[in-house]
Amino acid sequence: MATQKEVLIDPIFNNNPIALQVLGICSALAVTINMSTTLVMCLAVIFVCTMSNLAVSLVRNRVPTNIRIIVQMTIISSLVIVVDQVLQAVAYDISKSLSVFVGLIITNCIVMGRAEAFAMQNGPWLSALDGFGNALGYSVILIGVALVREPLGSGTLMGFDIIPTVANGGWYVPNGLLLLAPSAFFIIGLFIWAIRSWKTDQVEEPEFEIAPNGQYKEAI
Amino acid sequence: MANLNKDSLANTFLIAILLCLVCSIVVSSMSVALKPIQQLNKELDQKKNILRAAGMLPADRDVSADGRSIEELFAEFTVRAVDLQTGEYVDEIDVVTYDPIRAAKDSATSIALSPDEDIATLRRRENVSLVYLKATASGIEKVVMPVRGYGLWGTLYGYLALDGDLITIAGLGFYQHKETPGLGGEVDNSKWKASWQGVRLFNDMGQPQVKLVKQRSASSNPAASYEVDALSGATFTTKGVENMVNYWTGDDGFGAYLKRLRSNGLAQG
Repeated sequence: MATQKEVLIDPIFNNNPIALQVLGICSALAVTINMSTTLVMCLAVIFVCTMSNLAVSLVRNRVPTNIRIIVQMTIISSLVIVVDQVLQAVAYDISKSLSVFVGLIITNCIVMGRAEAFAMQNGPWLSALDGFGNALGYSVILIGVALVREPLGSGTLMGFDIIPTVANGGWYVPNGLLLLAPSAFFIIGLFIWAIRSWKTDQVEEPEFEIAPNGQYKEAI
Repeated sequence: MANLNKDSLANTFLIAILLCLVCSIVVSSMSVALKPIQQLNKELDQKKNILRAAGMLPADRDVSADGRSIEELFAEFTVRAVDLQTGEYVDEIDVVTYDPIRAAKDSATSIALSPDEDIATLRRRENVSLVYLKATASGIEKVVMPVRGYGLWGTLYGYLALDGDLITIAGLGFYQHKETPGLGGEVDNSKWKASWQGVRLFNDMGQPQVKLVKQRSASSNPAASYEVDALSGATFTTKGVENMVNYWTGDDGFGAYLKRLRSNGLAQG
């Protein structure tokens, strides 16, 4: 049985949902152009992931096995709609720039994955902690990506100018690549590299080894 | 007992129905409870966009330079529905609920555009659109019109504001577009938007003649007053914005209305 501390802390670096399991990449690419949308997205995922794990764990002993996935999906979708509605009411500008990506939390593999893999087997308290921890691990990577993308891509952070760009009379020519989705792939790749050099047990075994090529030796 | 028949058909149905009930109650009550605030946000957002296009609201704050709120500023505007064909006001339409963009999708309230008319790639144009007028006793101060046109990846939606002389542009702003961030997306750059202020829209013949150019003509050249700097690296977006402005202020857009307004003043648009 996992301890509470492990369940909460492990997903941040040791078992990060993005860096180790490589889940939830879609929204990590889409919402990290600036910090404020990233933070709102992180809060939304933290809420949905914690509550869905809690709810799924509460009903886990009653749910028939053959409809369990659809039950989880229904719970997650309802939570996401609630988040979307609240965002439209309290943070209209940000909900506009997040547009469809709040709705797409439904398909975020992390939320679904934790509900199926953890909450179906564990008690409500531990499941909620696990959901929170995993969403936190997701948030750490997202905030990291946004910290690179926003200043270098548009010279701002949280909307405040920190590097004066050429367009605004400064010296910095913004790197347009960082405003496009593929750049998040590169940054996440670099993060994965960094984390795996730090925690070498995360490095995967090669699936096969290339045998030495003997053909030419024989020819000689 | 719970574990014994967890997978039975009856339990499956029971759980499915119960779950659907609970979830739908949560979702719908949330939606109903928040609807008024969301509606308010939407209206406020539209007012903000109109005021920003008219240059009456700074881009980064929700109060004007002299500390007036959006509602206060917007109260100075009158909203009127305009028949684009004749340029006359239409009084039968409720301007609060009327949506020109939705009207353009309905064949009963819009016309299809032929390819040579359709320079802004709209396909259909609504018969009746809205104008936002700011007028004082001495005459018209600002006219704001909803405009849209196709850029590179999709349609840009925005507002074009004219000064009281109905010839000079007071501002242009977009509230929705899909242009490339950093290139075409620079249509949102406040420096670039500011460069629209004071540009002459109509030539002496009354035809819209705005041009987005790589290099503006010398200021002594009369052509310079019709020119705006193009966005570098965004040829299609630039072309789209140019066509959009010229389309909506031309005869197929608000041209007829602006002509009436210019000759008749406020009394009859």
